[in-house]
Amino acid sequence: MSGETILEVRDLRVSFSLRGRRLTALRGASLDLRRGETLAVVGESGSGKSVLAKTFLGMLDRNGRVDSGSIFFDGKDLAGYSKERDWLAIRGKRIAMIFQDPMTALNPLKTVGEQIREAAALHRGLDRAASRAVVLETLDRVGIPDPELRYRQYPHEFSGGMRQRAVIAAAVACRPEILICDEPTTALDVTVQAQILDLIKSLQRELGMTVLFITHDLGVVASVAQRVAVMYSGQVIEEGTVREVFYDPRAPYTWALLASLPQLGVKGEELYSIRGTPPSLFKEVVGDAFAPRNPRALEVDFRFEPPVFPVSDTHWARTWLLDPRAPRIEAPETVRRLRARLARGTDGPETAGGGGAATGGGDSVQGGAE
Amino acid sequence: MSREVLLSVRDLRVDFPVGRKTFTAVRDVSFDVYRGETFSLVGESGSGKTTIGRAIMRIHPASAGEIRYRDRRVSGRIDAASERLLRQKIQMIFQDPMACLNERAKIDYIVSEGLYNFKLFRDEEERKEKVERALRDVGLLPEFATRFPHEFSGGQRQRIGIARALVMEPELLIADEPISALDVSIRAQVINLMNRLKREKNLTYFFIAHDLSVVRFISDRIAVIHRGRIVELAGAEDLFARPLHPYTRALLSAVPVPDPDAEAGKRPAGYDPARAHDYSRESPAWREALPGHFVLGTEGEAEEWARGA
Repeated sequence: MSGETILEVRDLRVSFSLRGRRLTALRGASLDLRRGETLAVVGESGSGKSVLAKTFLGMLDRNGRVDSGSIFFDGKDLAGYSKERDWLAIRGKRIAMIFQDPMTALNPLKTVGEQIREAAALHRGLDRAASRAVVLETLDRVGIPDPELRYRQYPHEFSGGMRQRAVIAAAVACRPEILICDEPTTALDVTVQAQILDLIKSLQRELGMTVLFITHDLGVVASVAQRVAVMYSGQVIEEGTVREVFYDPRAPYTWALLASLPQLGVKGEELYSIRGTPPSLFKEVVGDAFAPRNPRALEVDFRFEPPVFPVSDTHWARTWLLDPRAPRIEAPETVRRLRARLARGTDGPETAGGGGAATGGGDSVQGGAE
Repeated sequence: MSREVLLSVRDLRVDFPVGRKTFTAVRDVSFDVYRGETFSLVGESGSGKTTIGRAIMRIHPASAGEIRYRDRRVSGRIDAASERLLRQKIQMIFQDPMACLNERAKIDYIVSEGLYNFKLFRDEEERKEKVERALRDVGLLPEFATRFPHEFSGGQRQRIGIARALVMEPELLIADEPISALDVSIRAQVINLMNRLKREKNLTYFFIAHDLSVVRFISDRIAVIHRGRIVELAGAEDLFARPLHPYTRALLSAVPVPDPDAEAGKRPAGYDPARAHDYSRESPAWREALPGHFVLGTEGEAEEWARGA
């Protein structure tokens, strides 16, 4: 799991101009993507997860720009790229992306096979026959039965799940080093979602690809990822292995996110709910962006932005709670229950259920939700 | 606790014309919803779950079978009084809070529309009072009445959708995926709100959803629907502890749970009706395999599944 860093994002700031106002989508986001891993980026709408991924491909909308920060990939800083020609050497060829809606990603007027073949021919410099063979092999690899027939069919002849497989085939046919998946299963039924997640997992293993998986579904994260980055309001606020982030979260926003999941809640009790809404991206954020919604916020949270504090070699979070001077603040009940699972080995089925085991936190007790 | 049947659906079939042929979206569907419970209907897209909700609301006519509400038939041809009862006492909440509100109307009108239709107020004052109360009930400020839908966030809009239903003083709320379009944190707010309203106003919920794991938290009973037929119906905890029908098992295993250890090494169980069942000699029927736990299957299947549970 501990591959070298293949993509290193540091303090990335991205803003958009909207009707004369500036909207700051990323406020100094940092992220490490390691070769051969699947990293999930989780966050709610507006947290900046999709914008972050688009900066890796030079796909920001025209009114957007990278204000500062760096994106190092193979010794080059992609943040400085401005010419379309430079991006063509990266986009699709070395870093590919698949999107939520497979229908909009495919050209309805071309056969599925031909559009994948064009991309493969362009990026891999293959002739017609060779690229055709690559496409047939890739269609087969992504689990599309009868590739010869499917090659000649149009997107509307494919079901939702098959379309998403075709889009994955198009991305994978170019043998990218990094595959970015932006909510690829959100529009699909759960049983189809399970198949697509399985496919992405096996492709990653077989082809040694690095996968960046963007989602808002923490169940999907637990299923596909080895590591997680949690985003809030334009920043990555916690990064660690899936076990560290799910069973030992440190940032109050991560606590709140986990505690508000109905799957982890206790039936008949109130769910922990985050009050208010995320801060406006048009305004300058002072201090910790989550502080106004955090009932456990410290005074310092409203005044100074927290730096990155390491928790372990693989785990860090941006929260003043990790400062040695900070008072001990107890996490919500759900999170304390989750902590019990950290010690436990890699077994144990099922979530939630009845009696939540208290954990060895023993800190100053501070009541549950609001 | 004596359980009053509020809504009863018997042998419901809904057909849609497709060219010269007909497509049967829902068949042989029967269930009861008791007063005060949360009953959920779970299935994938195209399973017919939304069609059932719409058949209850008379948006789609029932092709066969019967729907009764408080012992009054509300399917087929009905008199004006029954229609009025249905339109007032059963209200719907929709999935997409962006799409379900009239963008050009103020919140005041959106929430009042049902009141206008049924003249459920004596004077302007009473109408305003009702709107104000409905907005407060869902945690919004009465001042919001003068604003337009685009001024609100997704979570607030969903609250407006709920307020619009509540103002009619309904008994049964049909909620079609009311939380699936919402972010995790907003989702928790809406779930808490709906649970609170249920207690305070003694409401009954008919939930339509695709995500079993979320439904478990809110439901008393769950029915699983596959290709237009209900394949299993049981108490929520019972269904999770002892899923009997192979489709329910497949659906349960397909939902990723937010627990990495549970996900590691999990293999989703597939479901292929052709291989899972042999209905060449005996057609499946609706049976009580365990007390209060119903499945669609042959006698042999029901016994076998119950034994394995």
